[in-house]
Amino acid sequence: MRYLERSRIMRNVGLIFIREFQAYFSTPLAYIFIVIFLMLAGLLTFFMGSYLERDQADLVPFFEFHPWLYLFLVPALSMRLWAEERKQGTIELFLTLPITMGHAVVGKFLAAWTFSITALCLTFPFWITVNYLGKPDNGVIFASYLGSALMAGSYLAIGSMLSATTKNQIIAFVLTTAVCFLFTLAGSSVVLDFFSAWAPSEFVQAVGNFGFLPHFQSIQRGVIDLRDLFFFASIIVISLTANALIIDWRKAT
Amino acid sequence: MTEALKIDRLTKQFGLKTAVDNVSFIAKKGEVLGFLGPNGAGKSTTMKMVVGFLSPTSGTASVCGHDIIRNPLEVKRTVGYLPEGAPAYPDMTPYGFLKFIASIRGFRGSEKTDRVEHVINITRIEDVARQPIETLSKGYKRRVGLAQSLIHDPAVLILDEPTDGLDPNQKQVVRELIKSMASEKCIVISTHILEEVDAVCTRAMIIASGKVVADGSPEELKSQSGAGDLDEVFRKVTNNA
Repeated sequence: MRYLERSRIMRNVGLIFIREFQAYFSTPLAYIFIVIFLMLAGLLTFFMGSYLERDQADLVPFFEFHPWLYLFLVPALSMRLWAEERKQGTIELFLTLPITMGHAVVGKFLAAWTFSITALCLTFPFWITVNYLGKPDNGVIFASYLGSALMAGSYLAIGSMLSATTKNQIIAFVLTTAVCFLFTLAGSSVVLDFFSAWAPSEFVQAVGNFGFLPHFQSIQRGVIDLRDLFFFASIIVISLTANALIIDWRKAT
Repeated sequence: MTEALKIDRLTKQFGLKTAVDNVSFIAKKGEVLGFLGPNGAGKSTTMKMVVGFLSPTSGTASVCGHDIIRNPLEVKRTVGYLPEGAPAYPDMTPYGFLKFIASIRGFRGSEKTDRVEHVINITRIEDVARQPIETLSKGYKRRVGLAQSLIHDPAVLILDEPTDGLDPNQKQVVRELIKSMASEKCIVISTHILEEVDAVCTRAMIIASGKVVADGSPEELKSQSGAGDLDEVFRKVTNNA
């Protein structure tokens, strides 16, 4: 019985996942996203990151720009997840199928995340190039890829949650960019200096802990610290839980 | 035998507004219940609660003995539902869409294909089954929605304005389909088109401001008016409420 229930969950999440993943490719969105992501990643790495001039065999300048790249590309992936469903009215059909809210939220999120990871994996020529030019620490590169994927997942979970608040995809996009911008910068000196001038140091530290950048940078150094993994995992879990609650609350409007 | 559909003091409030006010009734297999009422009377809200899209403020309902609050998944497995406007994913083809619904409803392999083909046949959408839903006419879209609601051969079928906005020929197709299934199922259709009641319903219920104001066979309702005219009864009971 328990086994049956579990296989049913896997099946439902899997079916929703496949439908959502295919939906990305039914419009030009998927192709535009991948092309722009790869082009920008390349331009930023070579021109702003001085990839070649640095004369070092690593991918630091490549990964350094990921948070900023995700900041405005990931909301384009997440904005349609629930807003479109609400606008088309299909949410009424979708949520009266014999699935639970959990299946629905997780299936959609996994589709978006898998898509962004696919785009990330397509940057493999950078990895080949750096291995051709020198002898990089591939462990560090692997950790950076992992950190980048986790960060993309966190942005997506926040985006999915905010997509549930509106019928308008543009609003979902702008909200997600704004909220993710705050999360990205929370640990940086710009924000921390602003608070440290007047707020108690515990508060400043708490704000700083919510920043994506320090966690990403520590993974990027090749140290896979459980605390950093836990941080991104909790952002994802909390956002998706809120996502389910928001849909329940807003679906009828 | 348990009733196909039992509504028990169902109430829904949106803020201060009571959309559905203490509605109770029972519907059996073989009945085609026409849910009539002016726009905003609470027809759709009642249906949305029965199929588990909205949760009631108070009261409950059960579908084939499954309570909508205690056992929502079992209710969703049992009913077929056509939401208002027949929403469907515009980027999918009817064939792909119906296959997705069939999979979610737990069918696999040849049974899945058979069921998809069966509902495509009975709703007569073979000609458009392989083109994106966004390119279909309103009539075809409605029939795709109907096909979706029939895929698991549900004992209880809930159709929210199944013929609204269709041309006379398309209405005819949908009504014939409803009639052909009537003896096997318990069907609830909401409409504000009174001719629909004469065309397909065995029982009519008029709802206004969230309350049931008339309930009976179409003939019984007509006899309430001197002229035997359903329109007149409708105006009389909905204006007072």
